[in-house]
This record gives sequence, C-alpha cells and structure tokens, in this order.
Amino acid sequence: MVSRMADAICFTLNGAPVEIAGLSPMTTLLDWLREHRGLKGTKEGCAEGDCGACTVALERADGRHEAMNACIAMLGQVDGQSIRTVEGLLGKDGAPHPVQRALAEADATQCGFCTPGFVMAAYAFAAGGEPPELETIHDALAGNLCRCTGYRPIIDAMKKVAGLATEPAAPPPARTMSPVFENTFFAPRSLAELVALRARHPEALLLAGGTDLGLLASRARQPPQVVIHVAHVPELNTIDAGKQRVTFGAAVTYAHAMPTLVEAYPPLRTYLARLGSRQIRTLGTIGGNLGNASPIGDMPPVLLALETKVKLASPRGARELPLEQFFLGYRKTALAPDEAIESFSLPRLQPGETFHCDKVSKRRDQDISTVAGAYRIRLKNGRIEDARLAFGGMAATPKRASRAEAALLNDGFEAARTALAQDFQPLDDWRGSAAYRLQVAANLLRRLELRLAEPQRPVEVEAL
Amino acid sequence: MKGAIHTAQRHDSALKHVTGQALYIDDMPEPAGTLHAALVLSPIAHGRLRKVAVPPSPGVVAVLGPNDIPGKNDVAPVGSDEPLFATDRVFYAGQPLALVVGTTLDAARHAADRATIEIDAEPAILDIEAALAAKAYVQAPQTVLRGDPDAALKVAPHRLSAEFAVGGQEHFYLEGQIGFALPGEDGDMVVHSSTQHPTEVQHICARLLGCDFNRVTAVVRRLGGGFGGKESNASWVAGAAALAAHHTGRPVKLRLPREVDMISTGKRHPFLYRYTVGFDDEGRVLALDAMLAADAGWSLDLTPGVMARALTHTDNAYWIPHFRAVGYACRTNKQSNTAFRGFGGPQGVVVMEDALDRIAHHLGRDPVELRALNFYNDAGNETPYGQTVEGNHLPRLWAELKRDADLACRRAEIDAFNKTSPVLKRGLGLFPLKFGISFNIPHMNQAGALVHVYTDGSIRVNHGGTEMGQGLFIKVAQVVAEVFKVDIDRIRPSATSTAEVPNTSPTAASTGSDLNGWAAFAAANTIKQRMIAFAAEHFGADVSEIEFADNTVRIAPSGASRPGSNQVVSFNELAKLCYMGRVSLSSTGYYKTPKVHWDPASMKGRPFFYFSFGAAAAEVAIDTLTGESRVLRADLVQDCGTSLNPAIDLGQIEGAFVQGQGWFTCEELWWDQQGRLRTVGPSTYKIPGSRDAPAIFSVKMLDNAANPEATIFRSKAVGEPPLMLATAVWTALKDAISAVGDGRTAVRLDAPATPERVLAAVATLKKQ
Repeated sequence: MVSRMADAICFTLNGAPVEIAGLSPMTTLLDWLREHRGLKGTKEGCAEGDCGACTVALERADGRHEAMNACIAMLGQVDGQSIRTVEGLLGKDGAPHPVQRALAEADATQCGFCTPGFVMAAYAFAAGGEPPELETIHDALAGNLCRCTGYRPIIDAMKKVAGLATEPAAPPPARTMSPVFENTFFAPRSLAELVALRARHPEALLLAGGTDLGLLASRARQPPQVVIHVAHVPELNTIDAGKQRVTFGAAVTYAHAMPTLVEAYPPLRTYLARLGSRQIRTLGTIGGNLGNASPIGDMPPVLLALETKVKLASPRGARELPLEQFFLGYRKTALAPDEAIESFSLPRLQPGETFHCDKVSKRRDQDISTVAGAYRIRLKNGRIEDARLAFGGMAATPKRASRAEAALLNDGFEAARTALAQDFQPLDDWRGSAAYRLQVAANLLRRLELRLAEPQRPVEVEAL
Repeated sequence: MKGAIHTAQRHDSALKHVTGQALYIDDMPEPAGTLHAALVLSPIAHGRLRKVAVPPSPGVVAVLGPNDIPGKNDVAPVGSDEPLFATDRVFYAGQPLALVVGTTLDAARHAADRATIEIDAEPAILDIEAALAAKAYVQAPQTVLRGDPDAALKVAPHRLSAEFAVGGQEHFYLEGQIGFALPGEDGDMVVHSSTQHPTEVQHICARLLGCDFNRVTAVVRRLGGGFGGKESNASWVAGAAALAAHHTGRPVKLRLPREVDMISTGKRHPFLYRYTVGFDDEGRVLALDAMLAADAGWSLDLTPGVMARALTHTDNAYWIPHFRAVGYACRTNKQSNTAFRGFGGPQGVVVMEDALDRIAHHLGRDPVELRALNFYNDAGNETPYGQTVEGNHLPRLWAELKRDADLACRRAEIDAFNKTSPVLKRGLGLFPLKFGISFNIPHMNQAGALVHVYTDGSIRVNHGGTEMGQGLFIKVAQVVAEVFKVDIDRIRPSATSTAEVPNTSPTAASTGSDLNGWAAFAAANTIKQRMIAFAAEHFGADVSEIEFADNTVRIAPSGASRPGSNQVVSFNELAKLCYMGRVSLSSTGYYKTPKVHWDPASMKGRPFFYFSFGAAAAEVAIDTLTGESRVLRADLVQDCGTSLNPAIDLGQIEGAFVQGQGWFTCEELWWDQQGRLRTVGPSTYKIPGSRDAPAIFSVKMLDNAANPEATIFRSKAVGEPPLMLATAVWTALKDAISAVGDGRTAVRLDAPATPERVLAAVATLKKQ
C-alpha cells in the first residue's frame, strides 16, 4: 500500500540522480529544468505539446529512447525515469554530440530556438536504429516545428544521425512501494491500490500520459490539485495479443501499443503515425483518450468500429461494457466516481472482415482531426454483410453512424452517404464548417467504396 | 583566409543553437529581485471600457494601466493612434488593458486571469466587406495609376472580371514576444528585446516613460524568429516591461505566452481583390483595373507601407500599359496587422497571377507561355509607378526553370495522369517574380556600423541590423574579414545596441545585409586606410605598396631594393604597431542607399534600388473527395546577385518558400462571430511540418547574375523574395482543380487553400 506521505521525486537527469521534495509534483518538467535547475537549453515554444521546442529524451530501462514534451509532463510523471536534455548530450570535454554536430553541419539551424527540440528528437531517432528513410524521418520530426529552414537541411541531417552512438539509460531502481508526492500526487503500483485511492480521493483526477491534463499545468497554469497517476500500475500496462482478441491495459502508451495494433489492423499504421507526434505517443495512452471522451479524439472512432469492449474496475468489482455505452455526452462517460478504466479489448478481424480508417485535417501530421472515420466491413460473396461505421468530429461524442450503417446494408453506399445527414449534425469551428464535415464524411464513404472495389488503386494523395 | 565573401559559411551561432548554449532573452540570468509581468486583455472586440480591476493577490507587486504612464500612452510606430493600454474604448478582442507585475510569472498570470473587466460591447466590424461598406479605413485610399485604364478596358478585345481573397498569416516565430527591462540610475533603462527594430524600442520606451532617447538602451543579441512580427509589435512589449521597471525600480520581464502573443499581436494583412483585366487575342494584357482591400485591423501600424508595397507589386513581372491599382486599408476590430516577410508584396503579386490564369483559360492558351508573353521587355520596361526595370532576368529565369523542371514532359505526364484518375488530380503551376528591394520610405534606407580592431588583431563588429536567424551577422563578418583579409574567426559579431550604433532602421525589407554590409565595410575600410597610411610611413613604402592578404600585411612586395620593402608582418603585429604609433583602430561606418526616391502623393518615383527576380514551378496533388493536397515537387531559381554566402542564402530561399506555402495552404486564422481569434496556438494554427515541404525540392541560385547596381560585393537581398515563389503552389492547386472540369474553366481559390476551400472549388467546378 501507499508508503509515506512525502516521498521525494527521484529520477535521472543527464545521467545523474536527482531528488526533488518540497516542490509541487504538478510543476512541469520544463519549468523545473529552466527555472529550478537552470538548464535553459530546453525551450518553451507553445506550452501545449505541439511545437516540440521543449523536446527531451526519455531513456527507458530497456534501452528504448523516446522523445517527449517537457512542457506538458509534470514532475511526478518523471519519477523513476531517465531524462536527457540537450545539455546532457555534450561530451565530458564539452564537445558537441555527433547528433548535434550533424545538425550544425547540415546548416539545419537558423534562428535556433526550435533547434534543441530537434536535436533531442534526432537523438531519440538516432538511438532507435530505424532506417533513415524519409517516411521514418518525417515520423520522427512530426512533433517539431521549425519556422525558418523549410526542413530540408534538418531532413538531410536526420539521414546522417541514424545509429550514431547514444548515451546509456540509467533510470533509478524501480520502486517497490507506491510513492506519494507532496500529498497530492499518488502513483499506485497495483490495481487494488488504484481503486482504493480512487475511493479515498474522489476529488483526484486520473492521470495517465497527461498529454491533455498536462495542459492545465503548462498552458492554463492551473494544475490539477490532486492526481492519481496510473502509469505505473502493472495491470494497466499489459498487452494481451490473443488469438481471438487483443487487449490493452488502460495505461499502455500509444508507442507501446502501436506494433500490436498495427499487426492486428494494418491500416492503423499510417493512422497512428498521424496521431499526435512521437512526443505525444511516448506519454499518451489510449485509455486516456477514452477517459477524456473528446469528440475529436482519434482512437474512439477506431475502437467503436472495431467493436471494442472497455473494462472498468472499482472496489465493487469489474464490469465490461461496449464502448458505445461508455460515451454518454460531450466529454461525459459512464465511468463512475469510484471507477477507473482497466483495459479495453478488441476482437480480431474475422474472415471476410476488413478494416479501414481515415483522418482528414488541415495538416497531415500532428493535427487534430476535422473528421476521422473508421469502418469495419464484412463481405460475403462480394456483398456487404455487416458494417460498423464510426466517426469523430461529427457530433458531441465519437459516434457510430447507425443510419448510414443500416442504409449501407440495405441500399448501398449512395444511400449510406445520404443517411449520414441523419446521423450527424456537426458544428462549425476552426477545423471546418459543419457543411464541410458532412460532405467529407460522405466522401470518405465514397473512398471506402473505391477501396473495397479496387484495393490496389491509390485513393489518397499520400500515395502519390 | 577563412570565411571569404561568396563562400558558404555556417551560421555563426550554429554550434550554440544545437548545444542549447545560444542565449535568448528568457535564458539570460535574472538579477535578484526580477519581477514578471502579465497582460490583461480585452475579451471584447469593440466597446466602451468601463472598468478594469485586478483583485489584490499574493505576489502581485503592481497593476499598471493607462494612468500609470508618465509619458505618452502611445506605442504607434507610425502616426499616434495606438495606446499601450486602452483608455475609454477597446478596439479588438485581445487589446491590452493593463499589466500585472508579480514576484513570479504565475503570480502575475493568475492575477491577470482574475481581472474584472467591464466593457459595454458595441457593434464590431469584423471583415473587409463590412469595412468597405462602412468606408472604415485607417488611411485614405492609395492609387497607382498609369495611362487610361478605363478607356483601354473599353476598347480591349477581351475583358474579364474576377474577385478573390487571401488570408492573413501568423508569424509563429518559435520564440514568443519578450522584453526584459533593467532600470539603472537617473532613469536609465536597459531593455533587452526580441526585436527587429531596436531603435523603435528605444523610442517607444522613451515615449512611454517621458524621457530623452539617451536614457534608454535597447539591446538585441538574437531573435528566435521575427519574420516581420517583431518589427513594430516587439516595441510595445518592451515598452510595457520598461514601464513596469520604471514603476517598481526592479528588473521586469514580460514574456507573452503563445496564446496571448497570438491574440494580441498583428499578423499578415488579409486582402480582398476585385479586378478587371483587358487583353488581346494573343493574351497580351492591355489594361488592369484592380481594387486591393486590406484588413488593416484596428490601427494604422505599418499598413501604409504594406499597402504601398502591395500596390507597387501588383504588376509583378508584367508590362501593363494601362494600370490602376487602388488600395483600401480597411479598419476592422481585429489585431492590427503588420509587417510579415514580403510586406504586402505577396498580396500584390497574386493579382496578375490570378488574372493570367483566367486569361489562359479564356483563350485556351498555355499559362506558362502567356506569362512570358507579358514579361517586362525592352519595349515595355517601366513600372506603373515610374521605375524602369533594369537588369531584367525574367526571360532567362523562365528558360532555365522550364529546362530544369522538365516542364514539357511533366505537363504531358500530368495531363495523362488526370485523364485516368477520377479522384486524385495533379496540377502544375509556374510563377515568375520581380520584387523591389529597399524600404519604400527613402529615409529609412540608411545604416551605421562600428568596428574596433584591438591590439591583438582581433576585431569586433557592431551594426544596426538584428540577427534573427537569417545569418546577417555571419554575412557582415564576412564583409569585414574581406576588408582586412583575415580569417573570419578573428571577427566577433556583437549584440545590436542603440548605444553602439544609433538611429537605425529595422532589420526588414530584406535590406539587412545590403545596408549593414556596406556600413560595416565603410567602418572597416576607414580603419584599414589608416593602417595602410601608418604602415607606409612606418616601413618607408608608398601607400599603394601596402597589401593585405591572408592574415598578413605585405609591404612593397615589388620594391625589393628599397629599405623596408618586401616585408611581411602579421595583421596582428600591424594592429599593435598602429596602437604604438597612436593610430585610431576604431571607426564608425555609414551607408545610405543611392538613387531611391518616392512621392507618396503621386505614388511615383524610384522606390527600389534594384529588383530581385525569381521563378518557381510547383507540382501538387489534390484529393477531390476531401480537398487534401500535397506539394509533390518544387523547382526554384532565385536571383541572389553574386551571393555573399550561398549556404545562408539557400536556407533563406527554402525557408521562405515553405513559409509562403503555409500561407497559401494550411495556415488559417479563424475568428468567431464575436471577433475572437480562436486559432491561438500550434494545436489550432497549423504551420507546415517537415512532411509538408515539397517531397522533391530543387533550389538553384541564378548564376552569373552580379547585381548591376553597386550593392555590397554585387550581392542581392534574399530574405523576402523567395516567399513569393510559393505562389506557384497556389497556381498549381488551381490547375489541379481545373482538371476536375473540362480543363478550360478557371476557378476561384481563396488562400489559404485548406482542404475545405479546395473541396469547395472542386464542387463548384463539378456543378458547372
């Protein structure tokens, strides 16, 4: 059970141990680095996890190096982690790291303000051992914005950094007890503790990756008062890739879940690569995306189309319900005050079933969907026998298009497109007008029809 | 010697950038007692201000409003219509009302967030059409006129009229606006500002504080991006910090969070266009009558210059015998729009590009050849505002571009693709550019520099230009190295400061290296001439026999028989000898651009010292189901004269193009019906990412193109022109969309061409 009421936050920074006590655990890592530690290399460009100027590397015990945003990560979240900043890449003699040198030598800096973030994204990429192909490079850079260079020299540098020597990870020893930081930040180490804490602290917010909650601390400067951090609950970190179903613990990060998801549902490869950025996927969790219940989250349409069941845990025991029944209204879910999302489970595709998904946004990478669509179709003898069509960005909640589904089965695609107007009354906002959203959703069904008819023919500009 | 002119030299701070050691203002050590400030902004677009009250709270040291300004409550760069803090009326949602100063940033921000604001809302003008209807302008309409366009249009064999619009653009410098003011004795104030215009920071701080200019020193080592957004807007941020420092007697830092920055500061001007163009059967343009209406926002700011540049670039690369362009600078209840790379040029050059595409469609002619047909030429080489187009590279650029981009082949291939691809369409667009270099306001075309040679031979250079990533410091260092013929690592660029070089112009209008390069040259050359005179006397040689080369000075290399001749001393030794010989090794330098003049009343003159030329071809693909688009390829040829530094110039060309591409495609500013900007951070306002840069991106500098005008080592300015090359992307998008129809129908496509706008244009064509 919870050990003491005043544990110190312990992590490794640039290879050296750090202990923090007496400071709000909701302080952002970026603020701490800059204002408390005096490390000014890491920059604040937006304080919302979108520009990447604050990128640091999270060095996992298993050797993975992942880029993450320091601006939206709270100190309590980095307890037990190993973090490296741009300053931590310098050699003992103060000489630049080969990754730093590569960017300088490619003329990849102009104003230089975004540069430390690019350096750290490049460092994580270099450590990952990925092939230096354009696709992986863009994927690795999607979380970093540069306003000066036009990216060409940065991309050139990225081609040269792959495989360059990296620093070893040195996280502190794993905790055996569950720490509490400043009596406000609970980090349980078991599901039993999590539900017990949830019952004891109904005022606490559940914090998983914090890629949304962190905005309260960073941009709004009004951090949550009390949080229960679920990231270290072992039961919530499991992935069970079974023969019939794939099941993910609620705290599994996108980065961790991706290989399994992509293996089971291949079209998710590009879709997930467009979800946030690597920095976001390092911390962000699908469980958090569900709990957040945003109408424009990218995962809910996918999970709705794939007939996902969500398992909720509480002191009263666990219950499982279809995801449709989980979303009740705008940012409102069926989660009871004493419950936590434990896991979610998806059936694998059956013979005859295919899965497709689309995301339409103003920018290809690291953008929030104007419209997202996901579809599971079962064909028998060339006829559609079953269809689950789900959309995001079209209503107050992520939602299945039930009338369009029925129309599709009975009368075909044209009827389904028309029926969408009965399923959805979307809103106007900066991402798109209601009319555009409806038109695009209908046109995405046309795209689906084309895909089913001619699977080999490209129907997206990205294919060109 | 290392670092000679015309060679590729890395940015002087590159290693500091990558190691995180380059200091931006927020990275500077804060003296004990430093305070932090936060702005209270109007949530209402237009109304009568009744009350602003900030409740007392822990950590708040001061709350400052208009009545706390000892000098004048005016931060306008031009005119005097812009208070630092609103007094009785507010004019846009985001207008600063007060400043909260606290012991910590959070204390200040929290208190500012809790301010009570009472405003009686009044009807607001929120777009150009509404302002035109109300005749709400920030200045009288401006007109560039030549000939008799009305008569010429009447008799033209063909006439077309059209309307379209382009949006604004947020600068999105990665480093937000910041000012850090440190009070000294006797009311002295040192202000560190992320500004492109230190002298204006100095003036506006002094104006607010009611003191002489000599009390204020503005210092700028580097900006984390400017792009025009820190030409005038940085001044009021610095001014607010200085005001707070004056009141508290303590250092005060004001750093705008991204959202506050985007809500309160001006952007690129959106424009609405209506024009009629007359042309002959061949597609030769005979007359243009164009209305350009800009959304100036709530105040004048730099709009007069932006509009003048738009009007003097409406002709772009084309000879138009009869010409009228009328510019309306509309007053709306929005952010006061300001300088942005290109400064109205991008909004000017799009007019003829739209017209020529429509003419090409109308006549069934090739838009590429049609453009060339209308280029300025020997028979028609005078711009509508009276400047002769000299050193015209347009035909050469066009030929090289068509060859390099393999135009004919790709056109055929794209047309074939489109015939068999119902959903995805590709398009090709070409764009020629003529862009005038100089500030439109002649007196601004001046610069100063200060060079010191120390007795160890090391050299320090200072000038009025600011380093915002564009590589100005390294270019100027190259110039100084060239004068003294020493390695560039002997030259130390130093922070721009109004205390070192006074009365400077902003680093803007692409003129940074043109102006400051010459000024530094003049300063260095003055010292060099003194050193030569001394060396001649000291070594008993003629001044003509003193030669600087490769970190050394050679004395009378040919006069071997005379005493003292044929000696070689190091530059360092000569510096020491000069000091011992009581020779001043410090000098100012000054430069003013020759030949420029402008009459704002008649809108005639020679506003530009010279023209920069460029050409671009872009290929795009669109998805006719979603409106999504990609830039598949871009080929650029840019005239850089004889480039001072090809590595830096390449970076400017590529970066400007992608920034322009963003303006034309994904960067959309969105205000709600109450006039509140809702795209206030990178999660809602989308600048291009790495994947958006053209997949194939071929950039070339025009060779053998020495500037015929006597610019610094015959180079040309490069900061802004290539941004406009992205017009090719917009043209290509229209080309792709027109492939949905019969290929003969022109289409209106407003910028930014978001997926929604592309899809709407596709739908319009499908209906026809």
